[in-house]
Amino acid sequence: MSERNTIIELSHLGKEFQGKDAKVRALRDINLKIEAGEIFGIIGLSGAGKSTLVRCINFLETPTEGDVIFDGRSLKSLTEKELREARRSMGMIFQQFNLLAQRNVLKNISFPLEIAGVPKKQALERAKELLEIVGLSDKARSYPSQLSGGQKQRVAIARALAGNPKVLLCDEATSALDPNTTNSILQLLKEINQKYGITIIIITHEMKVVEAVCDRVAIIDQSQIAECGPVSEVFHNPKSQIGRHFILGDALKEISFDNQLFYRIIFDGLEATEPVIAKMALACKFPVNIAYASTKRIGDKAVGQMVIQVPERDEDRQKVVRFLETERIPYEEVEGNEF
Amino acid sequence: MSFDAQTVQMLAVGTLETLYMIFASAVMAYVIGLPLGVILVVTDKDGIRPMPVVNQILGFIINILRSIPFIILLIMILPITRAIAGTTIGVNATVVPLVASAAPYIARMIESALKEVDAGVIEAAKSMGASTWQIIYKVLLPESVPVNLMGAAITVTTILGYTAMTGFTGGGGLGGIAVNYGYYRYETVIMLVSVVLLIVIVQIIQAAGVKLSRKCDKRIR
Repeated sequence: MSERNTIIELSHLGKEFQGKDAKVRALRDINLKIEAGEIFGIIGLSGAGKSTLVRCINFLETPTEGDVIFDGRSLKSLTEKELREARRSMGMIFQQFNLLAQRNVLKNISFPLEIAGVPKKQALERAKELLEIVGLSDKARSYPSQLSGGQKQRVAIARALAGNPKVLLCDEATSALDPNTTNSILQLLKEINQKYGITIIIITHEMKVVEAVCDRVAIIDQSQIAECGPVSEVFHNPKSQIGRHFILGDALKEISFDNQLFYRIIFDGLEATEPVIAKMALACKFPVNIAYASTKRIGDKAVGQMVIQVPERDEDRQKVVRFLETERIPYEEVEGNEF
Repeated sequence: MSFDAQTVQMLAVGTLETLYMIFASAVMAYVIGLPLGVILVVTDKDGIRPMPVVNQILGFIINILRSIPFIILLIMILPITRAIAGTTIGVNATVVPLVASAAPYIARMIESALKEVDAGVIEAAKSMGASTWQIIYKVLLPESVPVNLMGAAITVTTILGYTAMTGFTGGGGLGGIAVNYGYYRYETVIMLVSVVLLIVIVQIIQAAGVKLSRKCDKRIR
C-alpha cells in the first residue's frame, strides 16, 4: 500500500463554527493521507466531527485552518469556479440519499452530467450504463418515491459515479438501511472500488461497516483523530480508549463492567480453531469465565475476540497471563470504569 | 331590475374582463414576484448565497407593500397607475394596482415553497459542482413546482377578490358590476349573479390548481 500515491491529503485541517455565544470547535488539527485506490474509513460517535470532516474534504464546508490537497492541488487556493470543477471529481453519497424527488431515476443519474454541460443524449446514455452497474436497469423511469431505501442508495451511487470521479465520499451511507441492505450496498461499494479503482472514503459510526470493507481506518473523537491505521492493526491493538470502545462494540452492551478487570483476547487464523479456553482452564486449573465472544471477518481474515473475566487472586491472574504469553495470544486489559 | 339580453351581455363581458384582469395581473405579478421570491431564499442567512443586507431590505419593502390594505393601495398609487396605464379607470388601469399588490404576495409564496426544498438535495447538487444559478433553475424551481402550483391557485383567487374591490375606483369586470348595480343602484339580483359568477371562477381555478399540482407531484405514489 505504501507504493500508492496519496490522492487526498488533509493537513492541519481545522474548523470552527460561530455559535450563538461562543465559537464551537468541530475539527482540530486533522492530518490524514488517503491513498489512491483504498477504502478509507472514518469512524466516530455522533458529534465527533466526522460529518464536518467529510464536508471539508470537498469544501462544502470551508475549513477555518489548514488545507486539503486533492490530486496534487490545494483546494484552498482554488477560485470558486475551479472548486466546482474539482468537486466533479469527487462523488458524494448521503445517509438520506438526497435524490431529486421530481426527477425519475435516469434523470437523477444524468443530473451531474447535465450540470457539467454534457449533451443530454450522451448524459442519458451514460446514466443507463450506470444503472446497469448498480443493478437497477428496470427502474429507469421510476421516481425516487417508488423505490426502497437500498434502491435509492444505489441510484445515488450511480449518480455519484456519473462524472467518473476519482474519489467517492460516503457520509453515513448505510446508516438508514437495514443490515441486509447495508451489506449489499457495502458489497457494491467494494466492487466499484476494485473494478474502477475509485478511492472510497466511508464516514460511519458503525465498526461493522469499517470491518466489512475498509482497508484503513481513522478514529475521530472530540474533533481530533484519536488513531489511524490498517483496520486489522487497529482491531488487534487499539491504542486509544475510543478505539477500544468501537472494537468492543456489542460486548460493551452485554457485559456490565462494574470496575472489574477483564482481558480481551484476540485470535486470528489458527488459534480461532484451537480450543484455547479449554486449554487455559486445564493449564491454570480453574474455570475461566467468558463474558463475551464473537468472530468477524476483517478484510479476508476471520478474527475472533473474547472477553474473559480475570481471576481476583493475583496468583491465578499470573497463571492466565503466563498461559496467554506462552501461547502467543494477544491480549489486553479492559477495565470497566474506562467506559 | 330586468334580466334582458343587455344585462346578460353585460355580465358576460364582465366575466371576460375579470378573467382578463386576473390572468394579466397574475402573469405580470409572477414576472416580478418569482425572481423576488428566489432572491429572498437565495440571500437568506442559511441560503445558497447569503446576503443579509439585500435580504433584509427586500424583506422590509415586501412587508410594507403587504401590510397596506388593498383598497388603500388602490387609491394611494393612482398617480402611478395613471403614469403607467395612461388612465385610472377601466380594465387595463386596474392591472397596475393588482400587480403592485400581488407581486409581494407571490414573492412570499415562492419563498415559502422554495424553503421547503430538502436542504440535503441542495447539498448534493453543490457536491456535484452546481453553481448558484444551476441550483436555482435545476433544483429549487423544479423541485417546488407542485407547491408553487398550489400557491398559484391561491394567489389567483386572491387577485380575483381584489378585482372586485377595483369596482370602487372605476375598474371593470364583475366586481365593477356588483359595485355599480348592486351597491349604488340597489339591484340586488345583478349583484348576486355577479357574486355567483365570481364563486364559480374561484372554484374552477382552485380545483384546477390542486389537480395540476397533484398530477406533477412525483413524491406521492
